[in-house]
Amino acid sequence: METAQDTVQKTETKSSSLQGVGAFKGTGSQVLLNGLIEEGVTTIFGYPGGAIMPIYDALYDYADKLEHILVRHEQGGIHAAQGFARSSGKVGVCFATSGPGATNLVTGLADAQIDSTPLVCITGQVFAHLLGTDAFQETDVINITTPVTKWNYQITDAKEIQEVLAKAFHIAQSGRPGPVLIDITKNAQIQIEEFPEYVKCNHIRSYRPKPKVRVEYIEQAAKLINEAKKPFVLFGQGVILGTAEQEFKAFIDKSGIPAAWTIMGESSLPTSHPLNVGMLGMHGNYGPNVLTNECDVLIAIGMRFDDRVTGRLDKYAKQAKVIHLDIDPAEIDKNVKADVGVWGDCKETLPLLTNLVDAKKHEDWVAKFKEYNQQEIDQVITPELYPTTDEMTMGEVLRNINEICDGEAIIVTDVGQHQMVACRYAKFNNTRSNITSGGLGTMGFGLPAAIGAKYGAPNKTVIAIIGDGGFQMTPQELGTIMQFGAEVKILILNNRFLGMVRQWQQLFNDKRYSFVNITSPDFVALAKSYYIEASKVDDRANLKTALETMINHKGSYLLEVMVGRENNVFPMVPQGMSVSEIRLK
Amino acid sequence: MSTENTIQHTTNKVDFDGKQEFTITVYAENRIGLLNRIAIIFSKRKINIESINSSASEIDGIHRFNIVIEEGYEVVRKLARQIEKQIEVLKVYFNTNDEIVWQELALYKVSTDEIAEKVTVERLLRQFGASAVAIRKDYTVFAVAGHREETDALVKALEPYELIEFVRSARVAIIKDSAGFHEKLKEFEAEEPGEELIENEFLEKGEKIFTM
Repeated sequence: METAQDTVQKTETKSSSLQGVGAFKGTGSQVLLNGLIEEGVTTIFGYPGGAIMPIYDALYDYADKLEHILVRHEQGGIHAAQGFARSSGKVGVCFATSGPGATNLVTGLADAQIDSTPLVCITGQVFAHLLGTDAFQETDVINITTPVTKWNYQITDAKEIQEVLAKAFHIAQSGRPGPVLIDITKNAQIQIEEFPEYVKCNHIRSYRPKPKVRVEYIEQAAKLINEAKKPFVLFGQGVILGTAEQEFKAFIDKSGIPAAWTIMGESSLPTSHPLNVGMLGMHGNYGPNVLTNECDVLIAIGMRFDDRVTGRLDKYAKQAKVIHLDIDPAEIDKNVKADVGVWGDCKETLPLLTNLVDAKKHEDWVAKFKEYNQQEIDQVITPELYPTTDEMTMGEVLRNINEICDGEAIIVTDVGQHQMVACRYAKFNNTRSNITSGGLGTMGFGLPAAIGAKYGAPNKTVIAIIGDGGFQMTPQELGTIMQFGAEVKILILNNRFLGMVRQWQQLFNDKRYSFVNITSPDFVALAKSYYIEASKVDDRANLKTALETMINHKGSYLLEVMVGRENNVFPMVPQGMSVSEIRLK
Repeated sequence: MSTENTIQHTTNKVDFDGKQEFTITVYAENRIGLLNRIAIIFSKRKINIESINSSASEIDGIHRFNIVIEEGYEVVRKLARQIEKQIEVLKVYFNTNDEIVWQELALYKVSTDEIAEKVTVERLLRQFGASAVAIRKDYTVFAVAGHREETDALVKALEPYELIEFVRSARVAIIKDSAGFHEKLKEFEAEEPGEELIENEFLEKGEKIFTM
């Protein structure tokens, strides 16, 4: 078989650009990798296996163009690709083989689908002539992944590769982003063809990523906003995905409307912004939840009214007129009926809206948020951040991180109590700094996603905050850190419980602690066995120094912090209750 | 804003809360796996598909699905948007029965002896507008096209006379108010979406939604 190098040299006259780019004769595997380079891919997270071996064989010659990170499990690979996409804003790419390799991607696909993360996943598949024969490592990957992908496609002929790959990148990152999976049979990977020059895709006739914005929407929305006495903005990840952070800030600054975030939208507006009134939802802040049911106009921007945000829907903002800006028309009127649905990309709709809204201050209304916030500070936040108990709280760990990093770090979290505490208390100055599994709530997301986030933003400090339970779901990725030296700061908040489930069992199941008592290995020894520096802290006196040591350490580092066993996360909107029934304790 | 006052579906009243039969028409690319992608949108929500038909449309290369479900208006509207969101789906319409012309085809296999001997059977067949599509010594196959009640009524009527086999097709439906998909396709094929392409369901709730 020809190598890519040979091929390129032979076709040099045809193609004056990069290695392997342009029209050339070669294998399906080579044309795939050339396509990835054309799409600007630099980093691939993957794991080889039988059915994807031809692609890996071709990859051997692309080491100078494509960095491949060998993960320790395909789930780790796809979470890393998600972390990469979330921190960089680019499409995350991962490779897996057929069968178990492909099925191990399913959790990550579901996570990326629900959190609108752009991914292109390439899976190997058995030879086309073996499809349907229950061949070794054959699974029906296309059908398994259909509900959890924005689009998927099986390639059985190498001549399809360029067009399908171009479509995949277009679909993954346009409109409401999402994961795309391409399954390539082994025969297509080794098939030799004369390939034309790679052409990027920017139009598919059956796919409308976003509409041309109609001014009527904007005018109606602006009219409602200008008449409002108590307007309230809810913002989600749409602001980040639309790279509309500046446009959003300009809108808030001019309109003077207090704004609260979903955890997916968190870092799109700096924590310190005077109109950033905090977090929505089940463990969100007191004021934003209570005042949702007092505002007169609710302006939802790039968020989807998840049940963890709305609580009981029939008691949610019934008094308010609702304006909903979203790029996905299926989200408008899905959970909450919109009086004005502004269908479009918020990068385009927000500036139009900002032009039409009156410059206002809403001082009395904003003061109301401050009043509620003061109650929350007194009853919840101060005891959490400055505890007087012997045991450490998760909140004080976050306070110390804020003091050290001052909002500049990327915080990646896993799922559970520590996630809520991190989202509630972490300070963010920059967008794309809060990376968490929002919609799917995937325990095990944190560690691999942090690896990917570091590759996506190499100049940032990346701190993975993970519980003792979640860490034990994907600890194998310590091996990836060891081998490739991803500088991830791993902070395990160990309460020796599956804390969030325990909290619910305490509050709602009469303290019947059913299988939440989890034991852990010696995390420090575990990290050291992977040659990762590590330490453990179990008293407050050493906490800050330990955190500073971790953050200032050159290289990856694991710090285990022992926190109170039965610390609860408050406030809390109990499931099935209205947002205004939020409990402070 | 209350749904009842602002959404006028089409010419006729729609019961927003109660379940009724809706026919969903999907224009889509002819692609392997798309049927599954559409079907799971229903099964994910534990909604039963009463009938589903996939066929060519008026345009070469574009497929047309007819899906019949019994659900409330709000549910159907959300389903339609979820289907339309799929990459290879061009457009989705949903209509109540009075907005469409629809037919189902039924085949009945009965004993030829019974037909020959009993005049009442022949009369029944005439009465139901059946046509004989195969006549053999031992059996005869009749076809009836019509609404569910019509094909069902013939089943009932044939029951005493050895109905050997019965089968009925999915519903196929034509939207009364539709001008076809030719013009729409031109808009879809344009690189930049024009004003016409964007059907603003949110502001024009008084206008026809998902109909042409």
